[in-house]
Parts: sequence; structure tokens; C-alpha cells
Amino acid sequence: MRSLGLLAGTGAVILRFLQTVGEVLVLLWQAVRESRAAPRNVDKILAQMAEIGNATLPIASLTAVFIGGVLALQSGFQLAKLGAEENLGGLVGLSMVKELGPVMTSLLMAGRVGSAMAAEIAAMSVYEEIDALRTLDIDPVRYLVMPRVLASLLALPVLTIYVDVLGWIGGALVGTVNPQINVSFRTFFDNLRQFMEVRDILDGLVKAMVFGVTVAIVCCYVGLQTRGGPREVGRSVTRAVVLSFICIFIFDYVITRLLI
Amino acid sequence: MQEGQGRGPTRGVAIRIVGLSKAFGDVEVLRDLTLEVQPGETFVIIGPSGCGKTVLLKQILGLLTPDAGRILIDGAPVAAPGQPKPYRIGMVFQSGALFSSLTVGENVGLWLKEHRVADDGVIERIVTEKLALVGLADKKHLFPSELSGGMRKRVAIARALATDPDLILYDEPTAELDPVMTDHIAEAIVDLKRRFRITSVVVTHDLNMGCYVADRMGMLHEGRLVEVGTPEQIRRSANPVVRAFITTQTKGMGGA
Ligand SMILES: Nc1ncnc2c1ncn2[C@@H]1O[C@H](COP(=O)(O)OP(=O)(O)OP(=O)(O)O)[C@@H](O)[C@H]1O
Ligand SMILES: [Mg+2]
Repeated sequence: MRSLGLLAGTGAVILRFLQTVGEVLVLLWQAVRESRAAPRNVDKILAQMAEIGNATLPIASLTAVFIGGVLALQSGFQLAKLGAEENLGGLVGLSMVKELGPVMTSLLMAGRVGSAMAAEIAAMSVYEEIDALRTLDIDPVRYLVMPRVLASLLALPVLTIYVDVLGWIGGALVGTVNPQINVSFRTFFDNLRQFMEVRDILDGLVKAMVFGVTVAIVCCYVGLQTRGGPREVGRSVTRAVVLSFICIFIFDYVITRLLI
Repeated sequence: MQEGQGRGPTRGVAIRIVGLSKAFGDVEVLRDLTLEVQPGETFVIIGPSGCGKTVLLKQILGLLTPDAGRILIDGAPVAAPGQPKPYRIGMVFQSGALFSSLTVGENVGLWLKEHRVADDGVIERIVTEKLALVGLADKKHLFPSELSGGMRKRVAIARALATDPDLILYDEPTAELDPVMTDHIAEAIVDLKRRFRITSVVVTHDLNMGCYVADRMGMLHEGRLVEVGTPEQIRRSANPVVRAFITTQTKGMGGA
């Protein structure tokens, strides 16, 4: 009997999960369909992109330089032991471009912008602003979700490239400054160019776009689902960010596997 | 062609509600409610707090779906918001429900702008005109958070009017207003009816205001309209529920 209850409980959780996934996909589909209206909503999309840039750039810059630097520090010592330190540029460069750049950028974006999206839309749901939009025959998906999804789709690759480059610079700096590693700027970037193919950069940008859209749609979904009051708005923000993180990690694995 | 253009002048719609029931969990809010509102009529709904007035309005808007019963507008079932329909409904939410990230002017002009009803200059003019109607033309550039509760409600009225509605639903339009502004809003409601034959449903606690604007009024109690009639008939009603509500309302005010 107990195990039956457990089974039913697990079943219910799985069903709820599948339903959520389904609803998020429906919302995504609606946002894609509403993208027809994108040319008329350029101002909203640009405003959202500016928002993403403003909120993410400072912290992303800092993180990028340090991640690149630490990566160079860690791998530089190992490489130097093997006498292969001239490969530092390729190693740091590829790690940034294919993995750390897009993942880190989207995690930061989820924390800084996704949370704000979820909070704003959740508050709008709770304070009847979404109802008011609908009575004005303004589709919340077109008015709120679509601009955020498109802005994220466009902004994340650009941000990721910026983060990649800063990461390289951080790595190169550490390589130069550290006597035990001792890789000059020039060697670093020559090596980087030798290893890096356009394909690698594109792989990273595909990830960035997928993660960006995922974060935006998940946060908008959670926001729109919110009912209740201020406490529920707070809960929704946490929930949106956690869900975004989980999605980023899962999709990172899946995309990496597909692109290998 | 955008909605709102070439549809001819505003005209009131007829509302017919038959056997409407709505419950939230175990709480039965509306029970087999029946109501008819004629085109161009102003119908006032009075009733104690929590009796389901807002829930009724939200179902007329299509924001909530009835558990049972039908709501017909000009003979057709209410369409969900966003679906094309041959009439337009304006709603003044009890909370105002202004868009907090937009200025007062942008709130009032949002419908016009999003549906491209007119170009920016014309929108600007309409916005000023509607705000003037509620006495707030000089507050156009403020944000809702910078307004008082009553001012927010008036902006909400201006926003509903800017859509040129055929049916307008007011949820407590004067709850937070001073007597002078209440008169002003009541006057505006009557004026709209006279000029455009707009159909109005007004939910209010304010019996005086209700009697002033109403063609007919109804008392909502325990999920039903227990009494419907002209303001005069309601005032004279022998129904104990209505009597109780009315005498409480006018206590200390010299009686009705
Ligand atoms: N979304 C909801 N979920 C659960 N119960 C609800 C919901 N909306 C309304 N109710 C319940 O329905 C009843 C009627 O609510 P409603 O808001 O219509 O009252 P009202 O007549 O507008 O009152 P007031 O004059 O105070 O605004 C209340 O008991 C309320 O608790
Ligand atoms: Mg109410």
C-alpha cells in the first residue's frame, strides 16, 4: 500500500513536470508566432536588449576576466610541467568559446535579467495588469513575452563573444605575468588562432542563443503563472532562476553531445 | 484594417446572462444568476463586500469562465479577450490595474497605440481629452505610483474610455473619491450614456451615486440578484435584504 502511494506520488510529480514542459513549449510557440509583429515592436525589443546589456555587462566583464585568468593559472602550471605551455592559448580559448563563455553568460543573465523578467511579469499578473492588457485586446505574449525572447536571442550571442574575448585576455594576462607559465601575449594568441575554428565559435553561439531563449521563456512563463500576492512574486523569482539554471545545464549537455 | 476603425459610431450592446454559476473550490460565489441589460442602459449592481460583484464582471469580460450558464452579448457568447468581436468592452478595475511601468498618458493611450488606431499626434490629443474628462490632464507625465488611489481610479476610467467602448464595466468607480469627484464621475457616466448610448454596468457600494446613474439596479445577495428594479423601486423595496442594505447605507444621512 505504501509503495503504491509512493508510486502515485511520483507519477503525479512526473505528470506535473511534463505539463509544465508542455506549457512552456506552447508559450514558446506562441512567442515564435507573434514574432511576425517584431518589426512593429522594434522599440520594445531594443529596450529589452539594452536592459540585458546594462544588467549583465559589468558582472560579466569581471567574471570573464577572472574565469579566463584562473583557467590559465590552473592549466598553465600543468602544461608547463609537461613543457607544453605554448598550448595555453588554444586550451583557454577553446574552453571559453565552447563552454565557459556561453554557460557563464547565460547563468549571469538568468540571475540578473531573468529574475527581473519573472518579477516584473509576476507582479503584473498579481496586480491584474495582465488582465487589464487582455481586456484592451493586447496579447500579453506579443506585448511582453515576444520582445523579451527575441531580445535574449539577439543579445546573448553578442554578450558571449564579448565574454569570450575578455576571458582570453584574462588568460593571456595570467600567462604573461606568471613566471612559471611564461607565455607571451603573442604566443598565446598565435596558438589560440591555430586551434580555433569558426565552427567552434559557432557552436558556442548556438548554445548562447538556445540558453538565452530558454531563460527568457522560462522566466516569462513562471511570471505569467503567478497568482496571489507579493510573497508569491518572490517565490516565482526564485523558481524562475532555479528552473533557468537547470535548463541551462541540461541543454548544455544535450547540445554538446549533439555538436560533438 | 485595425480594430476600432470604420466600425461606425459606438452603440450599446445587450447583455443576457442565464443561469450563471461560479464557485471557487467549495465557495459558491454565484448561483444560477440571471440578468438582462438592454442596449444603452446603465445597470447598477449593489451588494455587500465579497458577494461576487467583481467575479461577475470578470466573467462578462471573459477573464473567468463560468462553471455553468451562459453570458450572451448581442446574442453571441462572450469571446475570450483577444478574440475578434464586433463590440468592445472597457473595464475599470477595482484596483485600477494601471500599468506601473508606463506613465499616466501612456496608460491611457496604450490601446490606441498598440492597435495603431491613429498616429501619435492624434493619440496625444485623445489622451489629453480623456484625461481632462476625469480632471487629470496635467498629470499625464506622472507614473501611477506617484498618484493617489482616487487619481489612479480616474486614470483607469480615462483608459477605458479611450478605447471607445460599446460596453463599459465599472468596478467601484467612486470608492476612493471625494464627494465632488464622485459627482463628477457620476456625471461622466450619465453623459456617456446620453451621448453615445453606451451600455454600462456599474458595481458600487455608493447607493446615492448608484441611484443617480442607474436606469435600473440590482441587489446581489448569496449569488443571485435578489431584487431588480428602477432606483425608485429599489428604494421602496420590501425585500428585507435590500432594506437592510439600504438603511445601513443611509444611516445618519437623513434617510432615503
Ligand atoms: N481567484 C479567486 N480564487 C478564489 N476565490 C475567489 C477568487 N476571486 C474571488 N474569490 C471569492 O469570491 C467571492 C467574491 O469575490 P468578489 O471579488 O467578486 O467580491 P466583490 O463582490 O467584488 O467584493 P468587494 O465589494 O469587496 O470588491 C469572495 O468570497 C472571494 O473570496
Ligand atoms: Mg470587487
